[in-house]
Amino acid sequence: MSTAVETRTMAQALNSALRDAMRADESVHVLGEDVGALGGVFRITDGLTAEFGPERCLDTPLAEAGILGTAVGMAMYGLRPVVEMQFDAFAYPAMEQLVSHVAKMRNRTAGRMPLPITIRIPYGGGIGGVEHHSDSSEAYYTHTPGLHVVTPATVADAYGLLRASIASDDPVVFLEPKRLYWGKDALDATAPVEPIGRAVLRRPGRSAVLITYGPSLPVCLEAAEAAKAEGWDLAVLDLRSLVPFDEQTAVELVRSVGRAVVVHESTGFGGAGAEIAARLTEKCFHHLAAPVLRVTGFDIPYPAPMLEHHHLPGVDRILDAVARLQWED
Amino acid sequence: MTVLDHRHLAAPVPGWRPDATGPRTDPAPLLPDESPHRVLGTPAAEKADPELLAELYRRLVVGRRYNQQATTLTKQGRLAVYPASTGQEACQVAAALALRQDDWLFPSYRDTLAVVSRGVDPLEALTLLRGNAHTGYDPKATRTAPLCTPLATQAPHAVGLAYAAQLRGEDTVALALLGDGGTSEGDFHEALNFAAVLNAPVVFLVQNNGYAISVPLTRQSAAPTLAHKAVGYGMPGRLVDGNDAVAVHAVLTEAVERARSGGGPTLVEALTYRIEAHTNADDATRYRQDEEIAAWREHDPILLMERHLRGTGQLDDRLAQAATEEAEALAARMRAEFHTDPELDPMSLFAHVYAEPTQQLAEQAAQLTAELDAEEQAR
Repeated sequence: MSTAVETRTMAQALNSALRDAMRADESVHVLGEDVGALGGVFRITDGLTAEFGPERCLDTPLAEAGILGTAVGMAMYGLRPVVEMQFDAFAYPAMEQLVSHVAKMRNRTAGRMPLPITIRIPYGGGIGGVEHHSDSSEAYYTHTPGLHVVTPATVADAYGLLRASIASDDPVVFLEPKRLYWGKDALDATAPVEPIGRAVLRRPGRSAVLITYGPSLPVCLEAAEAAKAEGWDLAVLDLRSLVPFDEQTAVELVRSVGRAVVVHESTGFGGAGAEIAARLTEKCFHHLAAPVLRVTGFDIPYPAPMLEHHHLPGVDRILDAVARLQWED
Repeated sequence: MTVLDHRHLAAPVPGWRPDATGPRTDPAPLLPDESPHRVLGTPAAEKADPELLAELYRRLVVGRRYNQQATTLTKQGRLAVYPASTGQEACQVAAALALRQDDWLFPSYRDTLAVVSRGVDPLEALTLLRGNAHTGYDPKATRTAPLCTPLATQAPHAVGLAYAAQLRGEDTVALALLGDGGTSEGDFHEALNFAAVLNAPVVFLVQNNGYAISVPLTRQSAAPTLAHKAVGYGMPGRLVDGNDAVAVHAVLTEAVERARSGGGPTLVEALTYRIEAHTNADDATRYRQDEEIAAWREHDPILLMERHLRGTGQLDDRLAQAATEEAEALAARMRAEFHTDPELDPMSLFAHVYAEPTQQLAEQAAQLTAELDAEEQAR
């Protein structure tokens, strides 16, 4: 285990989490397309086959339903598979396995057959990827009872949340914001990390709350910084986990501040932001000075890379929303 | 017939070496059966183990009665649905008997009888189809996966489990049961491919009963047989008369033992027929003729077995009566059990969604509790 505090990229932190989990528990197995010799197209599994052998870090045939379905059988036999889906939109062939089996096995066996599977999915845009390489598919997963849906936004969370996901007795869809893969920060692998299901306040503020997760966290922090010029003091809440949703923390914060904007880059209609805004409205109505707003990607298929910057919520769009929170009162 | 083998693998790319879990490289033929393997009615039947014959016969008779009683229970509204395996009993009991107790069975929704024949309580095996819960039995304790309703999605599970057992150095084998319709699904193909590449100790039994609900095999596959599909994945395919319980047992036993000894997966196609409709909700008269059913009744699995046993003097009235009595006792138990409504706990709805309920689920459980209390008050 890495003990010293080192500067790591998020990709390296994820790699360390996998390595440390495999060292700590020999039932942890990694499988997927290209995870072996290549170390994954993003190098998240770099060196795992060399250290643990091709049976614990297994290059599989290129077939996502087969990868996840095989992982189901492995978990039924007592292993803890960690599956890599190479890109967000490449996970869709495995959707039936995910929805009909992974999510439901605990329930359909009355708790006798839990499935501790972690499904790592690099997701989201902003890296100039062509079609099918930039989807934000979290709403598909959050709409499926039985799955945990987790997404780190910091280097420390990438490590800590992945370790927690692998240790979880429930299946976890672990969404990796791929445009944050190369961001660097200090990582102390021994430092305690807030568990799955708890939101973390990344920045306190009294004017309004930005509620966000994954790839939109740095954008929100940047917006909060820029908002100071307008005299606005914005809080930024990082959900870290969409299921479980830390409703308590979000509700307390929004009640105390009175204004909130939910920010994510995936499509807005039927998205996570719609759910969060509805819940906050139901539970905070009398504390709200303005409706809970959403700043999201447009309701369009993910655009071609040369147009994606128009789609992705940026600082200006967030600040416009903050301005629309009936600021004059 | 051309013998299909692995000769192309004899000249791998430079530096390529087959590893322990890699595909098979022996040149054994992949498709040895030109016509379905049969034992009953052939000289080979004379050599069959009398104890095995008696056991298969007993299970066929009890299984037929189980199918009949369950079908009747659907007509009485006591089961939500029952996809009968009437006419396919030979596949079902042979599947169960070919496995060791510590092997794993991965059944589809039509394989309740295989589950029961494996030793799962007959009433617990019907929990899903009765509608009071999803899976009545403990998969781990019985080494039997839940009945799988989506087609062929249990096949990759069988591969993964068998692969995991192999990794642990245990000689457990997994048997996946599928129908002919299931062979069109992507998961079927992915499972076969994974199984062969991983050399996983798994056996796939396709019970080709002629129809995927109403679609006949000719509209399902253009392959000469479904067993041919094995060739493309690099595993042996076997074709067997699915109504010949002795033949199915022999072919499956051989495949299971090959898997157990490291020989990799096998695809077995059993030619059989679904005598009943797809389920009680289906009208089979719209897509098949009475003459076809009548012809298959002449090739009934119990009839074939009785003919052999009577012909060789191995079936006396005592054995026949014992089987009938066991069958009637089971049918009576099913009638008695299903005559009353089960007591179900509504709060079980929230019990097994996650290891720890989310805040939202806790709130919804409280809501249901309040609704139940209000109902109780109103009574």
